[in-house]
Amino acid sequence: MMTSTSLVYLIALPLAGSAILLLAGRRSDKWGHLLATALSASSFVVGLYQLSLMLGRSTGERPITQKLFEWISVGSFKIDASLMLDQLSICFVLLITGVGTLIHIYSISYMSHDPDRRRFFAFLNLFIAAMLLLVLGDSYLNLYVGWEGVGLASYLLIGFWNQKPAYATASKKAFVMNRVGDMGLSFAIMIAFATMGTVSFSGVKEAVDHTSTAALTGIGIMLLVAATGKSAQFPLQAWLGDAMAGPTPVSALIHAATMVTAGVYLITRSNFIFDAAPTAQLLVVIVGAITLMFGALIGTAKDDIKKALAASTMSQIGYMILGAGLGPVGYAFAIMHLLTHGFFKAGMFLGAGSVMHGMNDEVNMRKYGALRKFMPITFATFGLGYLAILGVPPFAGFYSKDMIIETAFNSGGAKGIILGCVTLLGAGITAFYMTRVMILTFTGKSRWDDEAHPHESPWLMWLPMAILAIGSLTSGYLLSHGDALVNWLSPLFENHAEHAELLSPLVVSGLALAMVAIGIAIAFVKYSRNEVAAVAPTDVSIFTTIARQDLLQDRFNEAVFMQPGQVLTAVLVKTDEAVIDGAVRGVGRIALGSGSALRGVQTGFVRSYAALILIGAVALVAAIWVVTQ
Amino acid sequence: MDAANYLYLSALLFTIGAVGVVVRRNAIVVFMCIELMLNAANLSFVTFSRINGDLNGQVIAFFTMVVAACEVVVGLAIIVTIYRSRRSASIDDASLLKR
Repeated sequence: MMTSTSLVYLIALPLAGSAILLLAGRRSDKWGHLLATALSASSFVVGLYQLSLMLGRSTGERPITQKLFEWISVGSFKIDASLMLDQLSICFVLLITGVGTLIHIYSISYMSHDPDRRRFFAFLNLFIAAMLLLVLGDSYLNLYVGWEGVGLASYLLIGFWNQKPAYATASKKAFVMNRVGDMGLSFAIMIAFATMGTVSFSGVKEAVDHTSTAALTGIGIMLLVAATGKSAQFPLQAWLGDAMAGPTPVSALIHAATMVTAGVYLITRSNFIFDAAPTAQLLVVIVGAITLMFGALIGTAKDDIKKALAASTMSQIGYMILGAGLGPVGYAFAIMHLLTHGFFKAGMFLGAGSVMHGMNDEVNMRKYGALRKFMPITFATFGLGYLAILGVPPFAGFYSKDMIIETAFNSGGAKGIILGCVTLLGAGITAFYMTRVMILTFTGKSRWDDEAHPHESPWLMWLPMAILAIGSLTSGYLLSHGDALVNWLSPLFENHAEHAELLSPLVVSGLALAMVAIGIAIAFVKYSRNEVAAVAPTDVSIFTTIARQDLLQDRFNEAVFMQPGQVLTAVLVKTDEAVIDGAVRGVGRIALGSGSALRGVQTGFVRSYAALILIGAVALVAAIWVVTQ
Repeated sequence: MDAANYLYLSALLFTIGAVGVVVRRNAIVVFMCIELMLNAANLSFVTFSRINGDLNGQVIAFFTMVVAACEVVVGLAIIVTIYRSRRSASIDDASLLKR
């Protein structure tokens, strides 16, 4: 593999930005946001340069590495801190730095009234650096550092307005649930090291052939646990809704476009493990299928525009995970959906931020309505993202999502039919809840309060939205034209035998569009014909109530994990106090008791001491006398 | 005369001294009793020197006298200081270590 000396700049630039802004403190308030944006953009330029170099090389020589320094060296165990840029990494690098830079630009205006804007940009740069390390690390251990780094940045940014206790709690919740997933990743690394003796991607790939299936399944399941934590997949999905407490650009960058897709990256990167462990691969598909329905159902009931989009993110990542679980046929489509989703979902989140900006930070869609006239650019860009997520041709989602649905149908047997139906139904529900968001926000009669003065956002905000909207329009076609992305990524994956086609692409597209049409029609009947209540109605069916409470995921976690956990800690605390502290205190008490008993001897009278010495001396002499007799 | 009689006398003197230390309260008297015990020991040393026919015991007796003289100097000084500060030479009054 070729070596390079310039990969490190991708990470070093934003990392330096973060360090400068944090260390310079308030002195950099005036120019901090400009520096952070410039560094993020320069990282993007380095990424483009690397892409151009990569395009200039032949297929086999495209991956390049750079060794930074020897990180761990214990006996035969050596880990270098080194970076690797291959066809998969470069997709992520460009997505992270590209979308990241657009969101930096957007944030300059969005956060302009915030006194802590500099700190916000420092954290954004920190996130970019950590995420780049995640996708550039050449071993699971290097990836793990980035993995923790994005978790930290996510925590800091969700709790950016931590003066509100609810927001601080949300960031803590995200952090703790992510820790559960991180534990999975560390277990996977440990199993890999114990069974294969290496943790680098290339080493593990070579060792897969002579490793037992049981070990591979173990690694696969642990990697899946890691992916569910970071990507908000079932059963560790509950944090994503609350993570919307962070500023909207954060939701767009971290909790829609990049960080939450790290799980998909992990599974795709570990394709050699999952291909050799069918059980783990099946679990991946099941998790993806459950989550895509789970998120879609939650999305139908949310009145908070950001939470509706978060539920949609969860559902769309479910599609990606499902695609990645379908094996070699699905990896490229999972990545394609990830890239297109990065465009349209980030665009829609920025649109939601723009709406909130014009509406005094109101997030309740029932208080919106008729904003189309007041925010035409936001409406247009949001609308393009909307068409993209629905999968209307020729928008991006049509190419990426339909490919996943088609691959699911053609994955063979009953599994294929079930997965196909789930993905198809998911597409219908997606159409329903996204149409609901559009109708409630942009059409109908206005329902806002008198204080709200909706207005279009400044150009610094609508420009990134417009660029992302163009991406939503074109990225699908560009990536799938002549199977561009599939061919680009194919050297990384095992070649696969063609499956017998159950349904042709045309039939799948027809079915998907029919489902989408049904979804849109139901939403129109429900929300466009009737007046929308400004306050959420309470006389709703049990299903709506459950969906509004995130399908009871918090209650489930509380009943199954939190409360038994609290009982366990209470028992442990009691045990600690009674047994361990009790033993220590008991020893002390014995010493104390014997001490106070002996203290009686110490009268302080010299004469009694003298008498005792005398008695002792006499006793000693007597003893010697008795012994020597 | 039987040398053992000197040893009996020594034991008697030592016992008187020891009982005096334990039962008397006046520091001066206690001090004198200690001197009595030291000299009882000296008598034993000298006696054993005589019995064994060498000078070791007598030499040690001189050592003891030197030590006793030093002890008197220091001890009396302490007793006088305690008397000055506490207006009492009773050793039972000087039981401050207890508290």
